[in-house]
Amino acid sequence: MAALKLYSISKIAPQLLRPMTHFSVVCHTRNSYKYVNAAERSMDMKDITDRAAQTMFWSELFRGLGVTLGHIFKEPATINYPFEKGPLSPRFRGEHALRRYPSGEERCIACKLCEAICPAQAITIEAEERADGSRRTTRYDIDMTKCIYCGFCQEACPVDAIVEGPNFEFSTETHEELLYNKEKLLNNGDKWESEIASNIHADHLYR
Amino acid sequence: MFKEIFGLFIIFILLVIFVMVGVAFLTLLERKVLGYIHIRKGPNSVGFIGILQPFSDAIKLFTSEQAFPFLSNYLCYYFAPVFSLFLSLLVWFVIPYFTGFISFELGLLFFLCCTSLGVYTVMIAGWSSNSNYALLGGLRAVAQTISYEVSLALILLSFVFLVGSYNLMMFYDFQVYIWMIFFTFPLSMVWFTSCLAETNRTPFDFAEGESELVSGFNVEYSSGGFALIFLAEYASILFMSMLFCIIFLGSDINSMFFYFSLSFLSFMFIWVRGTMPRFRYDKLMYLAWKSFLPLSLNYLLFFLGISIYLFLLLV
Repeated sequence: MAALKLYSISKIAPQLLRPMTHFSVVCHTRNSYKYVNAAERSMDMKDITDRAAQTMFWSELFRGLGVTLGHIFKEPATINYPFEKGPLSPRFRGEHALRRYPSGEERCIACKLCEAICPAQAITIEAEERADGSRRTTRYDIDMTKCIYCGFCQEACPVDAIVEGPNFEFSTETHEELLYNKEKLLNNGDKWESEIASNIHADHLYR
Repeated sequence: MFKEIFGLFIIFILLVIFVMVGVAFLTLLERKVLGYIHIRKGPNSVGFIGILQPFSDAIKLFTSEQAFPFLSNYLCYYFAPVFSLFLSLLVWFVIPYFTGFISFELGLLFFLCCTSLGVYTVMIAGWSSNSNYALLGGLRAVAQTISYEVSLALILLSFVFLVGSYNLMMFYDFQVYIWMIFFTFPLSMVWFTSCLAETNRTPFDFAEGESELVSGFNVEYSSGGFALIFLAEYASILFMSMLFCIIFLGSDINSMFFYFSLSFLSFMFIWVRGTMPRFRYDKLMYLAWKSFLPLSLNYLLFFLGISIYLFLLLV
């Protein structure tokens, strides 16, 4: 009995003594902690059998196969591209176009703001006074291979002349075909005017 | 005499042609199935819903320029794919068709010889390309294929003990009442996995680990050589599926069911490719030597014991 008592005291003793050493010990004592490692796997016969069965019959692998089999019967997420096309935002920045007024007069007044703001320096403009005294461009070139399609030119334009239209299918076989001149840009404007106008109309509230 | 030999020749040529057509449509099936697993459509423009795609691929591949790497070993480089395709077509002669009234007595041995020789073509293709990636891919393929061939051969051997013949015809007779797959299910899974490894298919396609080896042993191959390598690979996939059907599904080669199960097995190869990520190389080796080898050895002893017991019983 006495021995037992001694034993129980010896169990309590560290609990009593440890706080007394606190003033001299720098590190914290750890009397409450959480075990964060993976729990020991259960070694019951049932669990062992389950795990063995899982390995032997490849149930995880077959579950994976089931997932892919399910995917086969899903509707494909792709669209049939040249025949179907995805939706485009009205703010989409595609191929450039120079617009005209409804009267047929070209909008561009050769202020060269687009040329100035173009971060890729893709735009080249030369201007002269026309016979009727208005200021117009004689040359308006965009190097489409330099252009980064940032849309700054259409934001800089005070008269909505240069815009980036919704067309993105203008690939060519040579580099030269992508050096657009004024004629090509005005043609683009005539060709895409209805789409460009509706896009500007759809977006005018937010500008 | 001449007539018979000529007839045999024609029959074998027909066999080869039909295998090649099967391979062509297997590539199409693979692209379609992988496409639908990725929730997209596969090739669907050439011909009716892409039926003619493999032929257009073949024309494209064989008409494009063949490049030879500088300082490569020309002869080896040129003939490795040719030999590889030759081997994987040659192995089809064991198909129990009574082709030319031949019942191949040592069919399974012949199959083992051909697949073991197939390792060399991959190795030589990788080595003669004079490229680090190709060499590494070839070496990996050799190590892997040789390791898995061991368990492949042992599994075959256990069935050979059971059936008592190397002849593939006997397998059908043996499985009239019950298929092998029902009483050796784990073994059939092991066999299938070893087939995947043997044909360098996806969970085990270290020979062409494109994430680290660009394209493995065939990086330097272009046009015809590339096409031949791929034809060989797909022909061996088809052959492995056929072997699975005969050994485990006990199908009669003259029944429609055989062809359905063969197609399904080839589909399994593709399905597994769409599901499993690539294994780790050390795990692959552990799997071969520490799991499959003991398992197939145990089964071998088991079947050996059964057949000896039956033999004693009968005597």
